[in-house]
Amino acid sequence: MIRRPVDSGDPDRLYTVTGGRTRADEQAFDLVTLIVRESGPTPGMQSELVRILQLSERPVAVVELASLLDLPVGVVKILLCDLLDTGRITARHPQSSGRGRQLPPPETLKKVLLALQNL
Amino acid sequence: MPSRTSDPEDPAAPAAPALSGRPLRDTARDGLKIVVVGGFGVGKTTLVGSVSEIRPLSTEEVMTQAGVGIDDREGVRTKTTTTVAFDFGRITLDDEMVLYLFGAPGQERFWFLWDRLFAGTLGAVVLVDTRRLADSWYAIDRLEHHGLPFVVARNNFDEPTHSLEQVRAALSLNPDVPLLDCDARKRESSRDVLVALVRHLHSLSHALEPTP
Repeated sequence: MIRRPVDSGDPDRLYTVTGGRTRADEQAFDLVTLIVRESGPTPGMQSELVRILQLSERPVAVVELASLLDLPVGVVKILLCDLLDTGRITARHPQSSGRGRQLPPPETLKKVLLALQNL
Repeated sequence: MPSRTSDPEDPAAPAAPALSGRPLRDTARDGLKIVVVGGFGVGKTTLVGSVSEIRPLSTEEVMTQAGVGIDDREGVRTKTTTTVAFDFGRITLDDEMVLYLFGAPGQERFWFLWDRLFAGTLGAVVLVDTRRLADSWYAIDRLEHHGLPFVVARNNFDEPTHSLEQVRAALSLNPDVPLLDCDARKRESSRDVLVALVRHLHSLSHALEPTP
């Protein structure tokens, strides 16, 4: 069985999930920003938000949420903005990367190197 | 949940990834990215899968832009939609750092979304198949354009017929760019490719450090 791409044939689904909105602050989330829930779902909450809160009991990356929810990354970021606004999640943004095209400091890369060599 | 990989011909790609089996540590707080690019069927998903602590998952990003074109005079808005599918896996490095590996197709529409998806990436692995070296030219050109450090790994399913020197010449690779052989099906071999990349990054970062 092949998953149907969300953008072909059923654009309404994405529109419904996000309420047709875009968010200027969605770019605050990186693919590898780690999401941790602060509180559980409440009755009547949108099902996608409930799923995110269920999946983020332990830290989970934005890209993992997108894959598990079967939604494009951009849509998940919009949903995460809502949860962040209401304090239901916290976001742990990348520290060693994500600053333009600069490389992380040598000490950080050394730590990465040692960890990989010990795999 | 059924899912789609960006590389369905990849022989070792799992058909239906389950919910990621191993949760991250509670202390995880620093996500890092490495991208594996290469032509169709070259083994990107295989490499990601052989070294990842979870079975590779796949996801996609969609970008819709209002287009301009001949339809405008009819009052009809045209839209271009770009969809890029990519696979990923992860490696827990220590209590805080988690490395995510992304396997991404090297075709043109992927680079259109590069800044949106892969800004802040540490570096890239270009996976090449010597029978189809031309598939890698575009990816190497784009990485150079973006100023992203990379290594080139030749994936050998069979005994190689060319020397690495011949490959370097055919790709017009700068002598500073590491080039190595690998077998993407083997965990140690895939790990060694990542080690080569991070070692390369480490030496570059040392060179960039201001000297006292």
